[in-house]
Amino acid sequence: MIALIDYGAGNLASVRKALGAIGADVMVPSAPADLADVRGIIVPGVGHFGATRALHGEWTDAILAVIGEGRPLLGICLGMQWLFEGSDEAPDCAGLGLLAGRCYRLRGNDVKVPHIGWNTIDIRRQGSIVAGVAPGTQFYFTHSFVAPVSGDTVASTEHGELFASVVERGQVAGVQFHPEKSGEAGLTVLRNFAELAR
Amino acid sequence: MLSKRIIACLDVRDGQVVKGVHFEELRAAGDPAALAGRYNAEGIDELVILDITATIETRRARADTVRRVAAELFIPLAVGGGIHSEDDAAAAIDAGADKVSLNTAALADPGLITTLAARYGSQAVVVAIDAKREGDRFAVYARSGRVAADREAVEWAREAERRGAGEILLTSIDRDGTKAGFDCVLTAAVSSAVSIPVVASGGAGGLDDFVDVFTTGRADAALAASIFHNADTNVRALKRHLAAHGIPVRPWS
Repeated sequence: MIALIDYGAGNLASVRKALGAIGADVMVPSAPADLADVRGIIVPGVGHFGATRALHGEWTDAILAVIGEGRPLLGICLGMQWLFEGSDEAPDCAGLGLLAGRCYRLRGNDVKVPHIGWNTIDIRRQGSIVAGVAPGTQFYFTHSFVAPVSGDTVASTEHGELFASVVERGQVAGVQFHPEKSGEAGLTVLRNFAELAR
Repeated sequence: MLSKRIIACLDVRDGQVVKGVHFEELRAAGDPAALAGRYNAEGIDELVILDITATIETRRARADTVRRVAAELFIPLAVGGGIHSEDDAAAAIDAGADKVSLNTAALADPGLITTLAARYGSQAVVVAIDAKREGDRFAVYARSGRVAADREAVEWAREAERRGAGEILLTSIDRDGTKAGFDCVLTAAVSSAVSIPVVASGGAGGLDDFVDVFTTGRADAALAASIFHNADTNVRALKRHLAAHGIPVRPWS
């Protein structure tokens, strides 16, 4: 069973539908205690970093406990940015801090911001979450803020500048794009996660 | 590098696609879910359902269509036509739409853009602008191009961005249905004035029209309806053509 965290940042329907399509069992926990028996956690989300404030306190404690037991987590878009220390989008709102660095706004060097549409990911090192993804594969992005490229970066993407599009540290992973909106390639990423959460 | 998006529009009335049904061999493709599935297999980057149903059951009918189209698709889906209120938008999004497209409702109440952006995020809010050349300016029209809105397209696009729109869907009334090519002057004027992506619409007739709108027209995406119903001009052929002209596209399978 995979827990899909609902913290009011966008609707969960499309992520839920995509997980259903790959045959994964999904539940939306109504309280932190519901995470006790799950095999993995997905933190989705679109919108403002300030929305992650809803995860502070008991939710954060419960999520950290699950990770601490070696169960996998996947952050999608805003859910990936939340794994970092924070974001310039909401300077007074702390991130989970599992990954070093702060998220910042795309500088828009001769490109439009927000970054909306299909773009390639350049895989820099092996990552279990992008296993089986062919070079040159494109994914659907929609965001204005990005995470910095660091040692945790599995793949980077270019939009006026380089940013981290796939991150992994231990069993914690994040993707800046939307796997639930990225066709077959996106379903491959979700299948990889479901496999980790078996 | 970010790809230029190719978006197919399904004009739906009473649950059936209405454009393109005059192509004899495609009569069976009048079902929106079937057509969406075909476009998806050909490598379309995004879909728009433009609902022109004219019954009092509109909201429920639209939700049914969206649900059926969204059921098997894992690419972005926008819904427009008849989104007049926050409840209309919520119904479309709950049914599986990733974005709602506002036109007349945004002109009547620009605050609706901000309300929806706050609730769903800017990425979920598209402002559709129907514009017509009047002298050297571009006049905005409401109600499917029937009523002058007393606004100028570039200014309205700027305001929509300021109010929280995530994208602009820009249709040239002059070119719509003519197959004479996109209005690249209009598209470039709006695209240069805003930071958010601009989707060009109206006038797609041949493959070179798309090359023009992505270069001269500075469009971030291009939308067409009837051209994709023609089996000679499928999405795959279009992308091959664009790639051959050095325009970045999402690879077709």
